[in-house]
Amino acid sequence: MPATQSRINDFVLKIATVNGTGSASANGLLMKALFRMGIPVTGKNLFPSNIQGLPTWYEIRANREGYISSAGRVDVMVAMNAQTYQKDLDEVSPGGFLVYDSTWPRESTLHRDDITVLGVPLSKLCNEAFSVARLRILMKNVAYVGALVALLNIDLDVIKKLLEQTFASKPKLIDSNLEAIMLGYDYASENFTCPLPVRAENMGDNNKGKIMITGNEATGLGCLYAGATVGAWYPITPSTGVMDSFSKYCETFRVDPETGEKRYCIIQAEDELAAAGMVIGANWVGARGFTPTSGPGISLMSEFIGFAYYAEIPSVFINVQRAGPSTGMPTRTQQSDVMQCAYASHGDTKHPILFPSNPHECFEMAVTVFDLAERLQTPVFMLSDLDIGMNDWMVSELTWDDRYRPDRGKLLGPEELKKMERFVRYLNVDGDGITYRTLPGEDPKGAYFVRGSGHNRYGAYTEDSDEYQDVLDRLLVKWATAKTLVPDALLSKAERSTKLGIVAYGSTDGAVIEARDRLADQGIHADYLRIRAFPFTEEVEDFLRAHDTIFVVEQNRDAQMKSLLMLEANDIADRLVSILHYNGKPIPGSCVVEGVTGHLEKEAAA
Amino acid sequence: MTYARPRIDLPGQKTNEIGLALHDYEGSLSTLCAGCGHDSITAALVQALWEMSIAPEKLIKMSGIGCSSKTPAYFVHGAHGFNSVHGRMPSVATGALAGNRALIGIGVSGDGDSLSIGFGQFGHVIRRNVNMLYLIENNGVYGLTKGQFSASADAGSTSKRGEVNQMQNINAVATAISMGASFVGRSFSGDREQLVPLIKAAIAHPGCAVLDVISPCVTFNDHQGSTKSYAYVREHRHKAMETDLISPRAEIKASYYAGDTHPVRLHDGSTILLRKVDPDYDPTRRNNALGFLERHRSRGEIVTGLLYIDQNVTDMHTQSRTVRTPLKDLEFERLNPGSEALEKLQLGMK
Ligand SMILES: Cc1ncc(C[n+]2csc(CCOP(=O)(O)OP(=O)(O)O)c2C)c(N)n1
Ligand code: SF4
Ligand SMILES: [Mg+2]
Repeated sequence: MPATQSRINDFVLKIATVNGTGSASANGLLMKALFRMGIPVTGKNLFPSNIQGLPTWYEIRANREGYISSAGRVDVMVAMNAQTYQKDLDEVSPGGFLVYDSTWPRESTLHRDDITVLGVPLSKLCNEAFSVARLRILMKNVAYVGALVALLNIDLDVIKKLLEQTFASKPKLIDSNLEAIMLGYDYASENFTCPLPVRAENMGDNNKGKIMITGNEATGLGCLYAGATVGAWYPITPSTGVMDSFSKYCETFRVDPETGEKRYCIIQAEDELAAAGMVIGANWVGARGFTPTSGPGISLMSEFIGFAYYAEIPSVFINVQRAGPSTGMPTRTQQSDVMQCAYASHGDTKHPILFPSNPHECFEMAVTVFDLAERLQTPVFMLSDLDIGMNDWMVSELTWDDRYRPDRGKLLGPEELKKMERFVRYLNVDGDGITYRTLPGEDPKGAYFVRGSGHNRYGAYTEDSDEYQDVLDRLLVKWATAKTLVPDALLSKAERSTKLGIVAYGSTDGAVIEARDRLADQGIHADYLRIRAFPFTEEVEDFLRAHDTIFVVEQNRDAQMKSLLMLEANDIADRLVSILHYNGKPIPGSCVVEGVTGHLEKEAAA
Repeated sequence: MTYARPRIDLPGQKTNEIGLALHDYEGSLSTLCAGCGHDSITAALVQALWEMSIAPEKLIKMSGIGCSSKTPAYFVHGAHGFNSVHGRMPSVATGALAGNRALIGIGVSGDGDSLSIGFGQFGHVIRRNVNMLYLIENNGVYGLTKGQFSASADAGSTSKRGEVNQMQNINAVATAISMGASFVGRSFSGDREQLVPLIKAAIAHPGCAVLDVISPCVTFNDHQGSTKSYAYVREHRHKAMETDLISPRAEIKASYYAGDTHPVRLHDGSTILLRKVDPDYDPTRRNNALGFLERHRSRGEIVTGLLYIDQNVTDMHTQSRTVRTPLKDLEFERLNPGSEALEKLQLGMK
């Protein structure tokens, strides 16, 4: 672990608490304050699959360069949880600091010479200042924020303003919160040399044009902007926030103020199987429907996903991935459902997938995913993960083009039908494999029968081998069209021409960005391609062929993306080298650096 | 293959209020076994929909998997159909009717489809009270997979090979009533006179109307020893109720209120007329209905008719206060708040 020295606007602050004690808002306050001081920040939750009473951590990384991946370091630890004190103490980087509640004496055996331990009698201060029991617990959290404000040189005015905005409707709370802040602040100022060498310094309007948001919130908002009207879901961590967000914004924007009528319908289904059926039913009649879920939900939905693939019904599946297999670690992150989603269901099936890397992309792709589903008339997945979905990210402000209109794809209405002699559902009229559909409720001429059983190009039931295969082969033509419609991969060239390449996707992006800079410091240059969709667009294969060694970085055990790439270009499979991280925590940049250097050293020795 | 039926317009044939003939409500030719009860139910549906003058394009026909679930292809070719996956018709219907509440939904299912693999969805579509007709074509076996006992097979009923079913049956109507269904009826595929008006009442009912129609499987469950054979059902039927649907435009005659006749006004202005065959029976009280069913069941009788109705259970859209306009028809401008709103809401994220 690198030693903590003078670290201005480059530090990791970790807060250890117990869940259910209201520390989340205190941590949010700290994070927002740093953000408003213009310092790039990210906040990561490490929480148990439990409601109250178990250890939980919140890690804020402040970094003037804008690096966001896990730093693998702790400069300041706030140890509020006696249960995990030993572990938290051990985790502080040499030269770092630990703040604890000194109301009660610590065990003398718990000690480290190489860090500075700062005791603040938080409970005592709060017990003296507040009389209500619940308030005492809550304010203890706010008091440590106060101490950190002094220790880390956080702007007190920014804090005050934040409190005023947060509690605008409850002015009484502004006073009590501020009182608690000052308890910690004054104590720290009087007893320690403030600020510490690890500290914040105002960066002015450096964060202009940025917002702080979670991926789930951005995804729900994206679904709203896409014009989704039917949301069907079954609660599951870490995807629940998507529907919470959709529902919240629908209440704001889609309820008639006079009648109370809602321009949306959210259905909490009895299970994910039903949620999938509802989404498919809604899209069949022409309403944009979606379901947010996580891996176990996709397992249950698989039969329906194959149905929608074969019957060609647009449908949107948002998978916020968590650590599997089975129940796994529901509150930890992973990218381990790539294969599952790519080929979900029995028989020959494959599905387009979008891979957002951050909340900004969650918002954009939550719109794209509906357009693609309707354009391609097939299930389309968006694969986010817990890290993106539930953590606090600083991203560019979301923007919207008011000229946007949904792409409804090849949809025939009564007008068009009138001009046709006869409507046929599965005829490849345009040669792109995408056929025309009609909606129920509009015109008897457009009526057709949706079925998951064998059907021919006219939509009729068939058990004829040629007729059956004709449709199955046409779906491959559609797949080729999908390749041209999904979002491009993003290429970032190294400063110098190189035969080394890195491929990554989703939340692994941050670690790769940071690792490339560190590698460049060591003279190792690598081009970087961030995959944003499956099927792979042309530039993916071009990239693989243009490099001798390609590191595929991903957060799963079985190298799932690498396997997909190998299917695409199996003649160069030996050029692909996996860098894998799958312990449930977000991948740190150092993991990529070590993966690359380790491999290169081994090659050199061989 | 699907066999299209030739359309023949006969001079002077009867048409309904929207000018359509009975054959306009037919579908492709059935491929079920000759004599299968399911085909009689299809014919009753054709008759009922024609009599109600339902515009074909306003109808959606959905089903799961099974012989019974094939039947949506055999009626109203001008309506969109959806043959989904085994046991999951209710979820597709829920999503479809969520997206377009103006559609008239008919879901056809089997006893295997609804009472085994799809038991959960059966319960939950009732719980949400999705406005649709939920029709179970009940033959006591899995027809399509060649005659295994289904969950509706009565204890003591024998299979074609002589095997005796030991397990208790799941009674679709009693289950539906106790789960809070707003409309529950039972009938017999061989009793068109009872079935047609019951279907009409079920479609008119503004909620999830469950119809359990005993529909003998001539190939696997029509032998002696079966309690779902034509002969057994004919012999053990106990008609509790005859039903009529009176359209909103029709005049309500005074005689409707006489004696054992009981009119139920629906929200759309139409009236379901219940003529009690059994004076002992009150289909508006859950306890009474369940008790009545149980008394007759223990005597080995199969009660038919409209068994339970509660008009005051709100449907899915009333519960969620969805707009009247079908969601799929809402203009994009009414769904998307636009760039200015996006900018404004992000102030809180800074
Ligand atoms: C997931 C799944 N499992 C099993 C089957 C096989 N299967 C097809 S129809 C059927 C039973 C149908 O019974 P029922 O609903 O009573 O319809 P019937 O044929 O008797 O009308 C089964 C088990 C299937 N289609 N899907
Ligand atoms: S097997 Fe039975 S249920 Fe199926 S079509 Fe034949 S008679 Fe009807
Ligand atoms: Mg059956």
